[in-house]
Amino acid sequence: MNINRRDFVKLTTAAAAGIAAVPAFGGLGKAFANTAEERAKQLSPKWTQQTTSVCAFCSVGCGLLVNTDLETKRAVNVEGNPDHPINEGALCAKGAASIQMTENPKRPGKFLYRAPYGTEWEEKDWEFCKKRIAKLIKKSRDESFEKKNAKGQVVNRTMGIASLGSAALDNEECYAMHSFMRSLGLVYVEHQARI
Amino acid sequence: MTNHWNDLQNSDCILIMGSNAAENHPISFKWAVKAQKRGAKIIHVDPRFTRTSARSDAYIPLRSGTDIAVLGGMINYIIKNKRYFHKYMVEYTNSSFIVGKDFDFKDGLFSGFDSKTNSYDKSKWAFELDDKGIPKQDKTLQDPNCVFQILKKHYSRYTPEKVSSISGVSVKDLELLYNTYTATGKKDKAGTIMYAMGWTQHTVGVQNIRAMAMIQLMLGNIGIAGGGVNALRGECNVQGSTDYALLYHILPGYLKTPLAGQDTLEQYNNTYTPKSNDPESANWWQHYPKYSASLIKAMYSEDTPEQGYQYLPRLDNHKASVYSWIPLIDHMYEGKFSGGLIWGMNPACSSSDSVKTRKAISKLDWMVNVNLFQCETSDFWKGPDMDPEKVKTETFFIPCASAIEKEGSVSNSGRWMQWRYKGPEVFGDVMTDGHYFHEIWEELKHLYEKEGGVYPEPITHLSFENMCEENEHGHMEFSARKTAKLCNGWFTRDVEVKGKKFKKGQQVPSFAYLQADGSTTSGNWLYCNSVSDTENKAMRHDASQTKEQANIGLFPNWTWCWPVNRRILYNRASVDEKGQPWAPKKAVIKWNGSKWVGDVPDGGWKPGTKHPFIMRKNGFGQLFGPGRADGPLPEYYEPLECPVKTHPFSKTLHNPTAVQVEGEEKAVCDPRYPFVGTTYRITEHWQTGSMTRWQDWLVEAEPQMFVEISPELAKLRGIENGEKVTVESVRGSLWAIAMVTERIQPYNINGTDVHMVGMPWHYGWVTPINGGDSANIVTPNVGDPNTGIPEYKAFMVNIRKWKEGDN
Repeated sequence: MNINRRDFVKLTTAAAAGIAAVPAFGGLGKAFANTAEERAKQLSPKWTQQTTSVCAFCSVGCGLLVNTDLETKRAVNVEGNPDHPINEGALCAKGAASIQMTENPKRPGKFLYRAPYGTEWEEKDWEFCKKRIAKLIKKSRDESFEKKNAKGQVVNRTMGIASLGSAALDNEECYAMHSFMRSLGLVYVEHQARI
Repeated sequence: MTNHWNDLQNSDCILIMGSNAAENHPISFKWAVKAQKRGAKIIHVDPRFTRTSARSDAYIPLRSGTDIAVLGGMINYIIKNKRYFHKYMVEYTNSSFIVGKDFDFKDGLFSGFDSKTNSYDKSKWAFELDDKGIPKQDKTLQDPNCVFQILKKHYSRYTPEKVSSISGVSVKDLELLYNTYTATGKKDKAGTIMYAMGWTQHTVGVQNIRAMAMIQLMLGNIGIAGGGVNALRGECNVQGSTDYALLYHILPGYLKTPLAGQDTLEQYNNTYTPKSNDPESANWWQHYPKYSASLIKAMYSEDTPEQGYQYLPRLDNHKASVYSWIPLIDHMYEGKFSGGLIWGMNPACSSSDSVKTRKAISKLDWMVNVNLFQCETSDFWKGPDMDPEKVKTETFFIPCASAIEKEGSVSNSGRWMQWRYKGPEVFGDVMTDGHYFHEIWEELKHLYEKEGGVYPEPITHLSFENMCEENEHGHMEFSARKTAKLCNGWFTRDVEVKGKKFKKGQQVPSFAYLQADGSTTSGNWLYCNSVSDTENKAMRHDASQTKEQANIGLFPNWTWCWPVNRRILYNRASVDEKGQPWAPKKAVIKWNGSKWVGDVPDGGWKPGTKHPFIMRKNGFGQLFGPGRADGPLPEYYEPLECPVKTHPFSKTLHNPTAVQVEGEEKAVCDPRYPFVGTTYRITEHWQTGSMTRWQDWLVEAEPQMFVEISPELAKLRGIENGEKVTVESVRGSLWAIAMVTERIQPYNINGTDVHMVGMPWHYGWVTPINGGDSANIVTPNVGDPNTGIPEYKAFMVNIRKWKEGDN
């Protein structure tokens, strides 16, 4: 049995619409009913792995419990962590909807590229994007690098690239971003904290 | 936050001003309500009645942008009625310092103002020093040039009548607010402030907060349980991303970005390392050279700190008017950038003046946008008024891993560094942001090594391997765990520090052990002590506490908090010179005769030996703050777009130092734009909605752009509840659905009704269908002179029925 969440959502929708469902659950047709009991079963430690996380919205830092299906490796439930001293299991409307940020049929899983003056996105792979982005950064940097300012003082900076972002990164990623941007010589470095 | 979320429960009076905590930080409000159940009062001062107001003991409406009038009036009230905590104010704040003869204040301007550059010479506000170089004091507070007397004179102008006439708050409500809040000026009482963007997003944002910090210092409310100055920050890691300096003016740990002319590390360190001759001043920033060297060593491990320093770019100055967000977008609009890296952000909706911002992005040759979902920034080239065939920008949309798909830490408003574990696998073909940074850097390094280029060493020497571990395929890849170790820092060679021996590669136990000679790395000195040789303390889930800690809900073993797991900042101010708490029932720390118990104290020195505000050069809380761009004391100014031609405090209408873009029009008493506009957030969406507008449950709850207006304004404009209307400013216009509500009332300003139009700013044209567009289409490019934060909260608009042909 190998069913990911998207298929599961589709199947439950189909069942709700009264269309005869294919017994993809190996005879467990009942599973499509998606009752509270069935949903509870899915959270069983035999089926899922539980990890802790922190809500990705405001800065209160509410604790989350995340249950991930051991077969599909997709999240099946995200809820407030009752042991967490700040939220004690509670979440606001956004926090309670956290799972839809990750498990969402509208979430793009592909890299998109639009050529200059292009009218459509094209799907590309990471190799293409990485190589092209690095080339563009290098070109902009090399063309706009100032070794000295108007007063003749050493400044060693890149004037042609701006970096914006991001308070949505983890601390360790913020450190990586800071190091990377400053190594490029960027001085126009800003993010959400400024707005 | 000087304090933390759980600590709100310890307060006796919670002032919520510039925030709608119940809706925008809902779980925080749980702790405010706990205090209320114990008998504490909650007062909400806000232009709009919200769910926060509904649960408060008092709701006091004010016109958006008039906070300094109200707070200045509170300072006047404290002084007139002697509501200050006298001993605390005299011993722990600079109330007794003598201000130099050059200081002056006349008609809204402080001395040192240069009208050509619209900036101040701050040296005119310096303190008088004695022959040892220590500020002179008059502890009787009688010297006419002492801070207390200057304050008394300055704020005596803020009479209840004047404050009321400009803010719209009735004199009766002012009395209620002042009397209730300043009752916390007693030594066993605690008052706290919860503020958010309602204070920061003004051209006087910093001075709003300074005014409150001054009130807290006068009342003895800093360093204590249930007190402090508490910013409710807006994003899950905006505290961390600020600590890690994704901003033009700082390097990690609030070190300064180097300036032109600071040619050597020594010159740089000398500029930013304060010196105090007072043996009782801890002057913690004296350790600056250790923190800068350790940061550089973390970035460039193969180089000496002096060599590594040469790889850092230099700015010409630290002015917000030159490098911060507003001038950055203006530069982009002027075509001065060829490339843009826009990471986890949606500036096409979040930046002030969205129309200009969207055009600015189209001036780039290339732009990379990394996000979970497509947004108005990634898709700007096909947005309103854009013809893709005419937009040159080569555009990339890079999808990224979500928070629960990766591991790493985030720091909440209370400075708790909390670890996230990886749950599901990363989705589709995507990777984490950390992986993207590493792989693009790797590719660039190869390019520079292969092709050469301008000054490649800063890139090729960058020690990215410090942030990487070998994966199962034998490749080095980004590792959050390894990076967390680096951010704490490790020893680069065998050394002995403070009588302890350390081996190369061992973790540095705390920032007290960091060195200036290159023998330690630390990616952020504030985080030194978070990851030891045996544990990453951000991962701790241990709710155990001592009796003293449990009494005020400190939770010291639950995750970790900067600095050195100190949960309440400036806690040495919570005790007297003998180390005994002002409020024994809610003690934060206490000297038991041989050691401190409770929280981690602000330095372990014996009681009475050091001034408590250890991050200040002189060790005192700053009632008089000579470091700000717009004056040492908060002074009333109107927002840069406003409905009045004069105000009662001076003839200087606006903050003369505010960040502005030359030539951009502003509406001041402009009959075309007669109403005050403001923006805010709602519970069901987040920031520009670039994540929440893709979530069905949330869109079902809040599907569409709306605008809140009072029944009086609706009548004036003939607008029905639920009708489609147009909101317009000097900069642009958008449609919204009218929500006619008594939650908004006209303000009585000098006997005239002033109306307000309130809008959420979560919407954008990409999704949902018929959801509307960003409220920032109408917001101005003006900002605070210290921070550059735009004035999103107070500007001028018109509202009318929507008609065919409108946006």
